[in-house]
Amino acid sequence: MTESPDWPLWEVFVRARRGVAHTHAGSLHAPDAAMALHNARDLYTRRSEGVSIWVVPTATIAASSPDEKDSLFDPAADKAYRHPTFFQLPEGVEHL
Amino acid sequence: MGNDVEAVRPPGGERLLADVDAAERELTQARPDAPATDAAHFEALLAKDAKIEPRDWMPDGYRATLLRQISQHAHSEIMGMQPETNWITRAPSLRRKSILIAKVQDEAGHGLYLYSVAETLGVERKDLLDALHAGKQRYLSFINYPTLTWADAGALAWLTDGAAVVNQVPLCRASYGPYARAMVRVCREESFHHRQGFDALYALSRGTDAQRTMLRDAVHRWWYPALAMFGPPHDLSTHSDQSMAWRIKRFSNDELRQRFVDNCVPQAEVLGVDLPDPDLRWNPDRGHYDFTPPDFDELRRVVNGDGPCNRQRVAHRRRVHEDGAWVRDAASAYAAKHSRVVEEVAA
Amino acid sequence: MNLFDQVLALGDDALVAAQRMSEWCARAPQLEEDVALSNIALDLLGQARELLSYAGSVEGAGRDEDALAYLRDSNEFRNAQLVELPNGDFATTVAKMLCFAVYQNLLYQALVDGPDAVLARIAAKAVKETKYHVDHAVLWTLRLGDGTVESHQRMQAGLDDVWPFTHELFEPVVPGVSLRAPWLAVVEPVLRSATLRRPLDGWAPTGGRQGIHTEAFSYLVMELQVVHRAYPGGRW
Repeated sequence: MTESPDWPLWEVFVRARRGVAHTHAGSLHAPDAAMALHNARDLYTRRSEGVSIWVVPTATIAASSPDEKDSLFDPAADKAYRHPTFFQLPEGVEHL
Repeated sequence: MGNDVEAVRPPGGERLLADVDAAERELTQARPDAPATDAAHFEALLAKDAKIEPRDWMPDGYRATLLRQISQHAHSEIMGMQPETNWITRAPSLRRKSILIAKVQDEAGHGLYLYSVAETLGVERKDLLDALHAGKQRYLSFINYPTLTWADAGALAWLTDGAAVVNQVPLCRASYGPYARAMVRVCREESFHHRQGFDALYALSRGTDAQRTMLRDAVHRWWYPALAMFGPPHDLSTHSDQSMAWRIKRFSNDELRQRFVDNCVPQAEVLGVDLPDPDLRWNPDRGHYDFTPPDFDELRRVVNGDGPCNRQRVAHRRRVHEDGAWVRDAASAYAAKHSRVVEEVAA
Repeated sequence: MNLFDQVLALGDDALVAAQRMSEWCARAPQLEEDVALSNIALDLLGQARELLSYAGSVEGAGRDEDALAYLRDSNEFRNAQLVELPNGDFATTVAKMLCFAVYQNLLYQALVDGPDAVLARIAAKAVKETKYHVDHAVLWTLRLGDGTVESHQRMQAGLDDVWPFTHELFEPVVPGVSLRAPWLAVVEPVLRSATLRRPLDGWAPTGGRQGIHTEAFSYLVMELQVVHRAYPGGRW
């Protein structure tokens, strides 16, 4: 069906003009950083100027492990939003 | 640009938006809990109506149900672009053309949010699209009907976005955090679309006799497909009880369908259009409108692939994706050749 | 050209470009691109609406944006032929977008400082929008030109097909505004970076500003106008 690999996923962080810190705005697929930034400005900020945007490849984000009392991170800590098992896609049903 | 007159508001719209605002306040005020690590923890979060987040332990069935529901919702947004795109190039005023392009673009955006939400559950968008193209995953049934006239574009927005809002407002309180948050955004935009659809029909209703005829014909063809969007009645619905226990679904199909009908009747009156149901009438004992349910056998046939437009819609989507492969490949090839973290844009 | 014809030419350029761009809705090679192209279509349509409304008020005969868009015949439209060209494949669309967006951006920059206050106001917003369109077109020209063998061939072919129609853009519409040199100064380096061959200047079709269009144009106008014309006196 689809032979070409999908563009990588990027997480988008936005800091409003008078904001203090970047907040997570969502994600998008893009082939590289320039297109990710360009599309993110359109998709997530409706092109407002003066808004700072960061895009980060999702695969490079490491998230803290569930038990946050541990000060040592397990080097095998899962990447953000990724789960190791592949889920069988459920077939459609008669209604949502 | 002429003064853009504010769209006529359908009666009842404000109450739904107020529900969305309330759900959003709850989301922002929620205290983050320590992530769930087992079933007991998961059940405890559900019991106090707290949000489940991607890092939490969750039962396989919960994950699978969410994935099915969210991916079908995403597919519906993408596939739903087609019946409306059909009227963009022929939109009869520049303002209506703008509104319709913006609406279709919002739907693409909703699809993107929802695919992102599905990705938090451990699949990739590529695989979801493959399943859609292969007919293994579904999308809302109304999309399989044709938009035959300009009035259909308005009727589609008034009725099916209206139905979608009724369905989705409760989902702003769904137990899965990323889904609830996405629903807040989606609901707000969809209620705007609903209002614009109503406004487009309102203009027709105040126009020429020929326009009023076009309006009535379109509403008559879209009424039952919109009613069918709520799915089969509760007793025939296979997943509803479990979905409600997991707080993925908050009201039954029947309750939502009734709510929708009750909303539409006064709106139809404002449009001066009769709804195609001779048994539609106010029931003072129930405090609701009695109405003829949609044909659920037809719904089953349409969901299973034999609606008027299923083959066309899926073929279009598949062809667009295949035709785009060389473009996507080019971008990937360029990225591989030029892999630097920051690019200068030559201009 | 009098002011009405000038503004009409700019408005028709934007309207026809918007119509062609909107044909990509639900057809783009990637969902994110669908959103980007529809945003570009919306920008162009917004420019068209403002310009056509202004043209109508300059004319003073009571024609609004819709009367101008929906009730003129093909030979009354004043757009350049470039914008009416069929979209072709994505590469041809990118080639058209690059050539036209750079032109519009330069033109609007000139109008911001020009003598007409209404055009200056419209242009101020349009400069920002078209800058985004230029960025988008450049990003894609580079990726298609310097992507795969197939994308390079398609991009070169698209550019070759579109290039002859760029000459008409430089027939002066707004007096004193001469844009070919600055346009080439932007476009040529992009083509070089994209490993594309800059087409030779030769055949230069013309006539759009006088209402002489290509065969594809009457189909475009027909599609644009059919519903509006089918309901004379209708309310939308």
